[in-house]
Amino acid sequence: MVLFVIFCPIVAAILIMVGAPARKTALGSSVLAFAAALFLLVSFDRGQHDFQHVTSFTISPEWHLSFTTGIDGLSLVMILLATIVTLAAVWFTGTIEKYENGFYACLLFISGGAIGAFASIDLFFFYAFHELALIPTFLLIGIWGSGNRFAAAWKITIYLAIGSFILLLGLILLYQSFPASARSFDIRALNAAAGLGQITPDAQRHVYLLLLIGFGILVSLFPFHTWAPEAYASAPAPAAMLHAGVLKKFGLYGLLRLAIPLLPEGARQWTYLLVVLLLGNIIYVGLVTIAQKRLDWMLGYSSVMHMGYIFLGIASATILSTTGAVVLMFAHGLSIALLFALAGELRKRTGTLVFDELGGLGKVMPFASLAFGFGVFAAIGLPGLANFAGEIMIFFGAFKNGWEMDRFHIFQIATVLALWGVVISTVYMLRAYRKTFMGTMNERWKEIVDLRPALRVPVALVVGGLLCYGFFPQSLVRIVTPVLHTYLASDRHLTEMECCSHGALSPCFSEQHCPSASTQRGGDNIWQIVRR
Amino acid sequence: MITAPELEIAVLVLGMVILLVEAFATKIDRRSLAFVAIAGLALIFVASFFVPPSASTSQATGLWSFYTADRLSIFFKQFSLLTTIVVLIMMTDYAPVLCSFFPGATPQAGLGEFFALPIFTCAGLMYLVSAIDFIFIFVSLELVTISFYVLVSFARRNPIALEAGTKYFVLSALSTAFLVYGIAWIFGVTGQTNLQRITEVMANPATDRNAALLGMVLVLVALGFKIAAVPFQIWVPDVYQGAPTPVTAYLSVGSKAAGFVVLLRVLQPFLALPQTQRLIVLIALLTLIYGNLAALPQTNLKRLLAYSSIAHAGYLLIGVACFDALAISFYLAAYLLMTLLSFAVLIIVAQQTGEQIADFDGLAKRSPFLAFAMLIGMVSLAGVPFTAGFLGKFFIFYAAIAQHQTALVVVGVITVGCGFYYYLKVIRAMYWQSANKTDKIPVNGLSRLAISALILATIWLGVYPQPILDALKR
Repeated sequence: MVLFVIFCPIVAAILIMVGAPARKTALGSSVLAFAAALFLLVSFDRGQHDFQHVTSFTISPEWHLSFTTGIDGLSLVMILLATIVTLAAVWFTGTIEKYENGFYACLLFISGGAIGAFASIDLFFFYAFHELALIPTFLLIGIWGSGNRFAAAWKITIYLAIGSFILLLGLILLYQSFPASARSFDIRALNAAAGLGQITPDAQRHVYLLLLIGFGILVSLFPFHTWAPEAYASAPAPAAMLHAGVLKKFGLYGLLRLAIPLLPEGARQWTYLLVVLLLGNIIYVGLVTIAQKRLDWMLGYSSVMHMGYIFLGIASATILSTTGAVVLMFAHGLSIALLFALAGELRKRTGTLVFDELGGLGKVMPFASLAFGFGVFAAIGLPGLANFAGEIMIFFGAFKNGWEMDRFHIFQIATVLALWGVVISTVYMLRAYRKTFMGTMNERWKEIVDLRPALRVPVALVVGGLLCYGFFPQSLVRIVTPVLHTYLASDRHLTEMECCSHGALSPCFSEQHCPSASTQRGGDNIWQIVRR
Repeated sequence: MITAPELEIAVLVLGMVILLVEAFATKIDRRSLAFVAIAGLALIFVASFFVPPSASTSQATGLWSFYTADRLSIFFKQFSLLTTIVVLIMMTDYAPVLCSFFPGATPQAGLGEFFALPIFTCAGLMYLVSAIDFIFIFVSLELVTISFYVLVSFARRNPIALEAGTKYFVLSALSTAFLVYGIAWIFGVTGQTNLQRITEVMANPATDRNAALLGMVLVLVALGFKIAAVPFQIWVPDVYQGAPTPVTAYLSVGSKAAGFVVLLRVLQPFLALPQTQRLIVLIALLTLIYGNLAALPQTNLKRLLAYSSIAHAGYLLIGVACFDALAISFYLAAYLLMTLLSFAVLIIVAQQTGEQIADFDGLAKRSPFLAFAMLIGMVSLAGVPFTAGFLGKFFIFYAAIAQHQTALVVVGVITVGCGFYYYLKVIRAMYWQSANKTDKIPVNGLSRLAISALILATIWLGVYPQPILDALKR
């Protein structure tokens, strides 16, 4: 079933390239992939903490390289996100004048690459699948983009290519930092070996830094973020939806999957660096976002800014904050996809996204206005939408973590500053909403029509997802927490004191020292902690 | 049972037969000679899989003191045969262009030799990868080089080809002189020409290491010329651009691969000297930086591929600096597939429009098949996963990281970034730009088959590298 979800888009893309009817095949395959992901969600066994639905094909026995796929809670959430956004992106694709087949094939390759990366248990394919999206992105922006598309396409491609080669170096170094007998590309085997303390702290520091830079470039961490706004502003809407919504989450997913269980010592070493950089994302990029004069650029910058929160959740490495990071990854993926889709529709109708020329569109596009409102409120983090659940878990987790380490710790400062980030995002999001949909309407926009009923289906799907997990974040939390719990508990080098002070939980001590450890009994308790 | 030397003999006999038929049967279509040659080489290629590898020892006498048939050499014999087959297929496509350089002569004048010479080059390459004696290395290198002298300047009425031929001839002769001088020094110090025996003598502390080092550096100069390493790369762009395109492809794949195998064998005795690795690291750094930076502004695709071949020599030299034969061999196998793929498409497209990158504008509309083939070739050269080129880079970087060659790794990653720019420039032309002409580009059956096979092999090796790893396992 996992293989089906991965190869459904890829096979469809190849069929489309060979000459199958583009839209029908693409839509059919993304509906099938979504259905399969739902099936995986329903049949997911929460009691089992290891990977499920594992299939494996050996590639090279002496390198311990095999094509192994499977899902655990973490990858299930990401796959669900990927299939929802793919379906919405394909559905939102209107008529394409030039190379229609190529457009859909590129979209599906990006989607298949992202799903494959999330479902791979093998380090090599985890990396390789992500790269599958590189050339399609280049083509999508270059051929079908708008604005300064050539520069944007070059920038994103070269940036991401260098980022992923740095990541590759990190992965090779990770592989080599195990003793020769324990070397494997299988993430499960690496976890087991790391649990025995087979990576020296020194190696962990080097590997973590490489992974942080590599993944950081892919996720647009602060000094490496300049590719993102430009690319998202120029990309056609479906490409921006897939890239900002799904593909960018690969780096965060990678940090959660590799850095937290395998490199706890490295994470500790570079905590301060990461916190400073992520504050750059939240505060600096946040302020830059306020200054934007175009909707597409503003959305691009806002997606960079929100990565800061997720990094905060990962950096503080507690059950609560990492769970929040996963929930926010899911929620942000949906909300930014919704906003990009609607911005794309606006561009199609008005031909411009400059705030000063827009205004009052709520009168002619009531449905789009409502949907955009949902996206805006989700991005701000209003209760009732999934982003809120993620953000509040991150803030509580990070603040508590800092509190327990030291009465005055960098995590507390970071959390307080990050909370100001919420204010910043409220300013730019509400302003964008007002300038686009409220106020006096330009006479030019009188003839504009609202979204077709057919286009309201994917909007409803995404908004439904945001509301559903906004009111019942439990259902996500319950899937994700067991995985993160084993990951954080595998940090066995910690002494008793450190265990608690760093917030990384060891099953034996956590009960007395860290209240948040009670989450291991089930997700319900997370809310008790939040209430405290 | 077939033994390894019989393969070369078969290739040489095939070449002779083609030449004789060409000389006496004047009426036949010359292209049928190419098809016979392709079929014959394919037969030998198949036969080569039945040759049992047998490494020769330092006590061996007679032929086996010159010649080894270890796994590495058999792998590269197959490599040479495959390259020659693809090059001959390209030559049949290229024949009309070549004939246009002989105005007034009988139709198809000179084509017979054009198809026969690569077979002799192939025999030379096959000997070269087996050579473990300096004398034998010299002789087989000359066999390769002399047939290349003719092939490079084959379109001799064309002044650009003539310039390329002259440059290649003069510089190649100079490098041969360096080789002989280096061999003389090494022989003077060690009293041996067999590499294994030289290794034994070098292990003796009484040997004069400085004199041996001088000899090694001189040999390195000569081999640096063959593999297009900086600072011996000056000839590459002009010769690659001026030579007939199939010959360019042959030079950049066959000649380079054999050069690297010889380099690996020749460096073996001198690994104990600390200067050797430092020297190679330095050359690798220079080659990486020069090749990649100089490729950035190119507008002619053939010239771009020339600089890209220097750049790839840089990555291969990383492998040499780490002395990892497996990484180098895999990289060369990947390089063979992707370079020949790019050249095959270039030959077909260049006949319709030209060799400039701008001539590829809108190729995706004119011939989706050729555009896709070029896409795979470029993407693989750049090093995107699921292509052979990526795994090649993966193994090279793996070796470099294992040996803590930080400088090489850092420069390598930066130059990979450059590579993405200039390879994607070709993709941009094919897919982003709109075409000046809209007529379709015809592709004949044999070329279509060869290109499809190369595409499949590039992707297949990128996903499943085990066959190559098995073939090289010791």
